Amino acid sequence: MNISIDFDKCCGAGQCVLAAPDVFDQRDDDGVVVLLHPRPSAEQEENVRQAAALCPAAVIKVEQ
Amino acid sequence: MTTPGPSRVTVVGASAAGLSVVEGLRREGYAGSITWIGEETHLPYDRPPLSKQLLSGAWETDRLRLRDPGDFEALGVDLRLGARAVALDARKRTIALADGGLAGYDTLVVATGTRARRLPGTDGVAGVHVLRTVEDALALREALAGKPHLVVVGGGFVGAEAAAVARGLGCEVTLVTDTAQPMGGALGDELGSMLGNVHTEHGVHIETGAMAGQVLTDGGRACGVRLADGRTIAADAVLVGIGAQPNVEWLAGSGVPVGNGVECDATLYAGFGVWAAGDVASWLDPRTQEPVRIEHRTNAAEQGLAVARNILAGPECARPFDSVPYIWSDQYDLKIQIYGRSRGADEVRIVEGSLTDRRLIALYATRGRVCAAVGVNMARALRGYRAQVAEAAVVEVESAA
Ligand SMILES: Cc1cc2nc3c(=O)[nH]c(=O)nc-3n(C[C@H](O)[C@H](O)[C@H](O)COP(=O)(O)OP(=O)(O)OC[C@H]3O[C@@H](n4cnc5c(N)ncnc54)[C@H](O)[C@@H]3O)c2cc1C
Ligand code: SF4
Repeated sequence: MNISIDFDKCCGAGQCVLAAPDVFDQRDDDGVVVLLHPRPSAEQEENVRQAAALCPAAVIKVEQ
Repeated sequence: MTTPGPSRVTVVGASAAGLSVVEGLRREGYAGSITWIGEETHLPYDRPPLSKQLLSGAWETDRLRLRDPGDFEALGVDLRLGARAVALDARKRTIALADGGLAGYDTLVVATGTRARRLPGTDGVAGVHVLRTVEDALALREALAGKPHLVVVGGGFVGAEAAAVARGLGCEVTLVTDTAQPMGGALGDELGSMLGNVHTEHGVHIETGAMAGQVLTDGGRACGVRLADGRTIAADAVLVGIGAQPNVEWLAGSGVPVGNGVECDATLYAGFGVWAAGDVASWLDPRTQEPVRIEHRTNAAEQGLAVARNILAGPECARPFDSVPYIWSDQYDLKIQIYGRSRGADEVRIVEGSLTDRRLIALYATRGRVCAAVGVNMARALRGYRAQVAEAAVVEVESAA
């Protein structure tokens, strides 16, 4: 799985961190997403899909 | 899967909530047919940027797309855009469309959202705007390019954001709100007055505690706003931001319970094979057993996914929808974020940062229990307080400063 992020569109909602805390974090002030692992492990994949689905700004793209 | 599940799902409303239902169904393995009906002619797009990046001109409309066009083909859905549902026959399980067509279903999801409320007598009056669709935003943006004196009626999120953008574009702006502060309903007095000060520093004239009575016109064009107390404010353009109302009229007479939205049980099920998600859904909050309806972007995505899962589980095994509401607002260089329900809180305590720094986290409580956490420019740290909201934690007693 490969994750790409359109950082410029991120609105800092943090839904991604709630769904996949091992893969995403946020910057302090504006909450813009920080990608910890561009290629997450197999057991994190479902969480990452959940994050992509819930991200309100459609920022996270997942490619297999 | 033990139960056979549905074979024909129809989703009405092609925006955030509808998209989440459709994607959720496919992601959970549903291979049956999906018909997806949307009144707007555009592929699903995002509304929060309408009052922010699109209005300011930072983004063009292609940035609003929720998915790339190819993604919809991959979903394998019969997507019918520019199609408005006008009536439902819940017995025959058919939906009548405005063009005379019919669509069937065995399971229906209502995701028709809300529309902007208008001031009476303003339909078709030139210079009067609302802000709900991409067309609305582009029309307002075009008007703002002429640097009008803009009067914003309503001090909620949309009105306050548009006021900030309009100032940034060099317009003269007056904000009329019936609360004591802009966004005072959601933020309360302390944070509301901080936000009011920020607007004032940026040159917005604020009329608080003022009800707008009527839009004044001259030759069919808006020329001012008359307040309920009789005063008038001159205007070249008026933005009416007084909230939204659910799109449920097409369900009238169908037997599907509607009131303030589609009235669902705790699992977002309304009976008759009909579910609802997003701004249009009113459901029984499993914590309070009270009906609630939430107009937040993340709620639309979360409910859509929950409905997809509940459809596949079947009404008997469906799970109650429970989440911590979340909303954000961007104004000037402030990012305001709210977890939970801050309205009506009887106590506000700043737990990190300060009002003077305009960087803070405040906990809101009712009867000693945390009901919301509000952050200003402290996005990452705020997330840490979400759990206290989820648990309705008891507010720690400390001596007042
Ligand atoms: C200007 C603006 C700014 C916002 N900013 C924020 C923000 O910063 N943060 C936040 O959390 N939320 C924000 N929101 C709220 C957020 O956009 C909504 O919660 C979200 O759009 C709800 O999605 P939905 O799919 O439930 O409904 P909607 O987005 O309202 O979509 C409903 C769709 O159904 C269609 N439809 C309606 N009736 C019919 C019918 N009879 N037949 C067929 N189709 C129909 C409509 O045309 C529409 O496309 C904002 C909203 C606006 C308007
Ligand atoms: S959920 Fe989306 S918008 Fe929110 S912080 Fe993560 S990437 Fe950004």
